[in-house]
Amino acid sequence: MYVAVKGGEAAIRNAHRLLADRRRGDRSLPSLTLAQIAEQLSLACDRVMAEGSVYDRELAALAIKQARGDLIEAIFLLRAYRTTLPRFGYSVPIDTAAMHVERRVSATYKDLPGGQMLGPTFDYTHRLLDPSLGRDGDVEEPEIREGDDAKVMRVSDTLAQEGLIEDDGDVPGEEIGDITRTPMEFPMERDTRLQALARGDEGFLLALGYSTQRGYARTHPFVGEIRIGEVEVKLDVPELGFAVTLGRIQVTECQMVTQFAGSAKAPPQFTRGYGLVFGQSERKAMAMSLCDRALRASELGEDIVAPAQDQEFVISHSDNVQATGFVEHLKLPHYVDFLAELDLVRRMRGEHAARRDLQESMPEAAE
Amino acid sequence: MDAGMDADMDDGLATYNFAYLDEQTKRMIRRAILKGIAIPGYQVPFASREMPMPYGWGTGGVQVTASILGPDDTLKVIDQGADDTTNAVSIRAFFAKVADVATTTETAKATVIQTRHRIPEERLTEGQILVYQVPIPEPLRYLEPRETETRKMHALAEYGLMHVKLYEDIARNGHIATTYAYPVKVEGRYVMDPSPTPKFDNPKMHMSDALQLFGAGREKRIYAIPPHTDVVSLDFEDYPFEIQHFEEPCALCAAQGVYLDEVILDDRGGRMFVCSDTDYCEKRRAEGHRGHLAGDTLEAAE
Repeated sequence: MYVAVKGGEAAIRNAHRLLADRRRGDRSLPSLTLAQIAEQLSLACDRVMAEGSVYDRELAALAIKQARGDLIEAIFLLRAYRTTLPRFGYSVPIDTAAMHVERRVSATYKDLPGGQMLGPTFDYTHRLLDPSLGRDGDVEEPEIREGDDAKVMRVSDTLAQEGLIEDDGDVPGEEIGDITRTPMEFPMERDTRLQALARGDEGFLLALGYSTQRGYARTHPFVGEIRIGEVEVKLDVPELGFAVTLGRIQVTECQMVTQFAGSAKAPPQFTRGYGLVFGQSERKAMAMSLCDRALRASELGEDIVAPAQDQEFVISHSDNVQATGFVEHLKLPHYVDFLAELDLVRRMRGEHAARRDLQESMPEAAE
Repeated sequence: MDAGMDADMDDGLATYNFAYLDEQTKRMIRRAILKGIAIPGYQVPFASREMPMPYGWGTGGVQVTASILGPDDTLKVIDQGADDTTNAVSIRAFFAKVADVATTTETAKATVIQTRHRIPEERLTEGQILVYQVPIPEPLRYLEPRETETRKMHALAEYGLMHVKLYEDIARNGHIATTYAYPVKVEGRYVMDPSPTPKFDNPKMHMSDALQLFGAGREKRIYAIPPHTDVVSLDFEDYPFEIQHFEEPCALCAAQGVYLDEVILDDRGGRMFVCSDTDYCEKRRAEGHRGHLAGDTLEAAE
C-alpha cells in the first residue's frame, strides 16, 4: 500500500533517489551538458522558455535535463522558479518592425519590400531519417548575408495604408494587465487573453486553431506574415528619462489576416489574429493567432458557435501546468471520499434488492 | 505572522524567502484572507502563484499556510485524515525546510493544520487555524460550468439550481447522492463548497472555535469561515441532512461516531474498519482503548 503506511518519508526519499538514477541513466555515457541541450535541442528550450514564461536558455536547458526531457515538467520547473523572482519593472513594448529578421515569409504576397526569407525552417525538408546524424559528421557552415539596417515593413501596414485591415486597436483600460499578478476574471480583455495564449499549451492551441480551420468558427485565415528574429528589450528608467536597452531576445511573430464580412458594428474589412512567442516557435505563434482571432468573436459581433470562440473554455484550459496538475492529482489518495461513495452505493443496492424481493414475493399485487 | 528573514535553500542560484513566498505575495494573500473572513463563504479571487508542487497537490492550501505561518507556529499536515500519507509528509517536509517551523502530528498542539479531505475528530479550539486544500471552490460548478454565470448566481443569492439538484437526487435515488463536498450555507448568505471532505465532517464546521481558511490554487480563490459562524448543510424539511453512520467501531481503538477507513485485509473479502484520523486513533490507543483487532493484526494493516 502506498498510503496509510508508516514510513512515507522513507518511501519519498527512495523514490527521489531512484528518479535521480533513472534521469542520469547509464553512467558509462557522458552526461549531457546544459550547453549541448541549449545548442542542439534549441527548439525544446524555446518551447520551455515560451510556456514557462522566462527567457533564459540556460535555465530552460537545466529544466529539460532535470525533467528527463519531459517538456511540460520542464515548463513547470521554470514557472515555479519564475514566480519567486522579484518584479522590478515592465519593459517598453518590443518593436517587431525593428526586428533583426532571420526568417520572414508572407503567404499573401508573392514578393514584398524586405523580401521573403526562409531562414532555418523544416518546411521544405523531406522527412527522411538521416542516418548520418547517428555519427558525428561535419556540418557545413551556413551562408550568412547581412541585410541592410532598414526596417522590414510589416505586411499588415501595407494593408492598413488602404484601410483594408482594421487598426491594431487600443489597450483596453489604463494599462496592460498582468495575468501573473492579478487574478484572471472573465470576460477578459484582449491584452490578458494574449498573455494567457502566449504561455498556453502548444498542443492545445494547435488543436483549437485546427478546429477553426475545419469549420468550428471558420475565419478564412491567411498568413499575412511570420517573422522570426531578435528584438531589443528596453526598460524606461525614470531617473534617466530615457529607455535603456537590457538585451536582445529572439521571438516569433505571426500576423494572421482573416476575412470579415462586416457587421452592424464594423464595415467589411480584414481583421487580425496575433501571435507572439519567445524563441523560434512558428507552430505555436500560428495557432495562437488563430485562437486570438476566434476569441474576438463577441468584439466583432460574431455568433459564438464553437469552443475556440469561448474564452472561458479556451483560457481556463490552456495552461498545461494547471491541466497536468489537476489531471494527475487523481492519483493522490482519495479513499476517504471513495468510502463515502462506496457506502452510498452499497446502501442503494441493498434497497434495490429489497424492492425487487418485495415485488417477486407478491406477484398478484404487482399485476 | 511577520518574518522577513531569509531562508537560504541552496548554496547555488536560488534563494527563497521565509516560508517560500516573497513578502509582497504574502501581503496580497493575507488581504484576500482578510476579505474572505469579512465576507464568510465568499470566494475571493487572488493572484495565485505557481508553487514548487503541482496544481492539485494542495497549492492553494500551501499558499494560505505560507502566508499565515510565523516562526513560532506549530504545523500539522493531514491528507485523508492521516499524518503519514505521502502528500502530507511531503508538504510538512516542505514547510519544515523553507520555514523551519515546528511540526506535530498532535491535533491539540498544532496552531495551523493544513488538511486535505478531512477535519480532525478532536474538537478544534480558539486560536487554531484549519487550512483546507480545495480543488474546485465553486459549489455550483458542476451545475453551471461558466464562472461569469456562477458569480452572478452568488451575487443574487440565486441557489434554486442547487436545491433542484438535491431534489432530483431524492426523486431518482431516494437519497441525496452527494456524499462528499456536500454544499453548505454560510452565515445565511453564501452557498459554499466545504472542499471534498465527507459530509460526515460538515457539522464540525458549524460554530467552530477555530478559524477555517480555504485555498484553491489552480482556481485562484480563497474563502473563509471565521470562528463561531453558522454553517448549515443544505437539506429539505422532509429529507433532513444526515451524516454517515458506521455499523462497527474502529477495529483498533474501538472509537464510535468517528469516520472510518475500510482496509482490505486479504483477497477473500476480509476487511477491517479503522479511524481515518490517525492521530485520534493513536491517542485513544495510548489511553488504553482497544478494538477487537488491536494488537496482532495491526501489522497486517500496515
